[in-house]
Amino acid sequence: MRFLGFLLRRIVGIAAVMIGVSVITFAISHVIPADPAVAALGDHATDEQIAAFRAEYRLDRPLVEQYVTYANGILHGDLGRSIRTRRAVSDDLADSFPATIELSFTALLVSMLVGIPAGVWSAIYRGRPPDFIVRLLALAGGSIPVFWLGLIVIGLFYYQLGWFPGGGRLDTFVAPPPTRTGLYVVDSLIAGDLEALRSSLVHLVLPALTLGYFSTAVIARMTRSSMLEVLGQDYMRTARAKGLRERVIVVRHALRNALIPTITIIGLTFGSLLSGAVLTETIFSWPGLGRYATASAVSLDFPAVLGVTLLAAIVYPVANLVVDIAYYWLDPRIQRG
Amino acid sequence: MAERTVASFRSARVTARAPILREPLNVLALTIISGFAVCAIFAPLLAPYDPLAQTLGSRLEPPSAEHWLGTDQLGRDIASRLLYGARISLVIGVVVVALAGMFGTLVGLVAGYAGGLADEALMRLTEVFLAFPPLILAMAIAGALGPSLTNAIIAIAAVTWAVYARLARGQVLSLRRREYVEAARSIGASRTRVLVRHLLPNAIAPLLIQASFDMGAAIIAAAGLSFIGFGAQPPTPEWGVMISEGRNFISTQPWLSLFPGLAILFAVGAFNVLGDGLRDVLDPRLRR
Repeated sequence: MRFLGFLLRRIVGIAAVMIGVSVITFAISHVIPADPAVAALGDHATDEQIAAFRAEYRLDRPLVEQYVTYANGILHGDLGRSIRTRRAVSDDLADSFPATIELSFTALLVSMLVGIPAGVWSAIYRGRPPDFIVRLLALAGGSIPVFWLGLIVIGLFYYQLGWFPGGGRLDTFVAPPPTRTGLYVVDSLIAGDLEALRSSLVHLVLPALTLGYFSTAVIARMTRSSMLEVLGQDYMRTARAKGLRERVIVVRHALRNALIPTITIIGLTFGSLLSGAVLTETIFSWPGLGRYATASAVSLDFPAVLGVTLLAAIVYPVANLVVDIAYYWLDPRIQRG
Repeated sequence: MAERTVASFRSARVTARAPILREPLNVLALTIISGFAVCAIFAPLLAPYDPLAQTLGSRLEPPSAEHWLGTDQLGRDIASRLLYGARISLVIGVVVVALAGMFGTLVGLVAGYAGGLADEALMRLTEVFLAFPPLILAMAIAGALGPSLTNAIIAIAAVTWAVYARLARGQVLSLRRREYVEAARSIGASRTRVLVRHLLPNAIAPLLIQASFDMGAAIIAAAGLSFIGFGAQPPTPEWGVMISEGRNFISTQPWLSLFPGLAILFAVGAFNVLGDGLRDVLDPRLRR
């Protein structure tokens, strides 16, 4: 019952934030100094064509009315029509979102698989060479521009060594698996298409490593510092005094407690993953939300930009809600509090 | 005995003056930042060539004695462009942090001190801004205002201020009931005086730490926006523009993109190390 109350409060909070988010995205789209009608139709469009375009996209209505129509549309899953692709924005987003999800989740998975052990290793060897190496790599990960890293990685592993493909989601001659989830790895597994599975996996390697480096660094730093704190606690000394093996002490006693702040950080890195995805997708020609957003913003396609921004702003609070729920189950103190 | 006393006095004095300088990594970071600052200020004196001068006869030359870091696709000297780029990047960092820091701190101070409905409204607004992935919102704003360096700075500041608001409010909430604040209020100090003279100086530490991290974040964000076409425009020698221009030559002439990327990496890394160092010195509770 208490959990339901907690969940309800959080959902109401997210709804309030979403109203604010929709007002801001809407406000941004209406300070556009350039005329989206002229941008879409070209400089040679006649006044009649421009007027018809404005009427079609309701650009001729008062702002409040435009917002009410827009907000009402959002509630019914209608985000308007893209000026650039001439399709419903919700359809465009539905097409490109799975590619971003596949990339971001793979990047996050890599970050956890690398970042957590690296942080533990660094804490155990505090002040010694392994610690120094992890801290240096983590510092670089937090300071490296993702678009530059992507370029360097393509230059090295695609052009020079030829180990991995340099862009796209599949090889040119491989047919995409039948769409179930839109995630090529999952869909090709469902379809039993091993060629598509291999191709989608090798195409994920470079973009996921590039995108995941930043969050790996953040997770490694967080795990290191919380491990150091836990390793200094009295119950760790007790565990050692009991004669437990070092591996049991580190994994069962220290890591389980040290992971709680790490989980918070994993939730918080989601926002940076989405930001990073914009640039990573641009570099790797990855047909996801980021590339769609960039192309839309360049052509002043404001319904599309609004749609992406709104979707991205939903993902972040929802990811944090998932983290809070995970917390609630993991840490009994929160349930009692 | 006397020698030891003198030595301990001396070390105590050094410690008291600049505890941040005790860590070699912090010294390195400050040296790098100072180096970039010198490059930025004295770029016209240090740069061997005009950063915009095209010499089509010497296009895409690898690093040599004549052109230390090589030349780009229009024969422009990359080292000279990097030096001028330092000027642009540092200005971006300073202006973004100043704009976002001042606005966010003001919002946070007012929210924390006023409390009630004003606090609730301002914090909800802050939450809304924190929900956006920064680069996507910055891209939407920069796209809406039109691509230029100034608009990129406005966009990045617009997505950065909310963190300062939250930090400043948290500080005010923890300080407002302190005795010295109560004392100032009881002798009739105005609200503005209490805020500016008593609360702000004591709330400044976490804001300074955040500012150091944000200098680096702003440089990366501006370069990212320029890279996808929403920030500085060619032929401006901005680091993100330079990486973008070198993109098509990554397989054959990688130095076009390599050096500006390294410049960003070192500048941002130095500000991040400085942020860590400041946190260790100013906020001992967080020291690991």
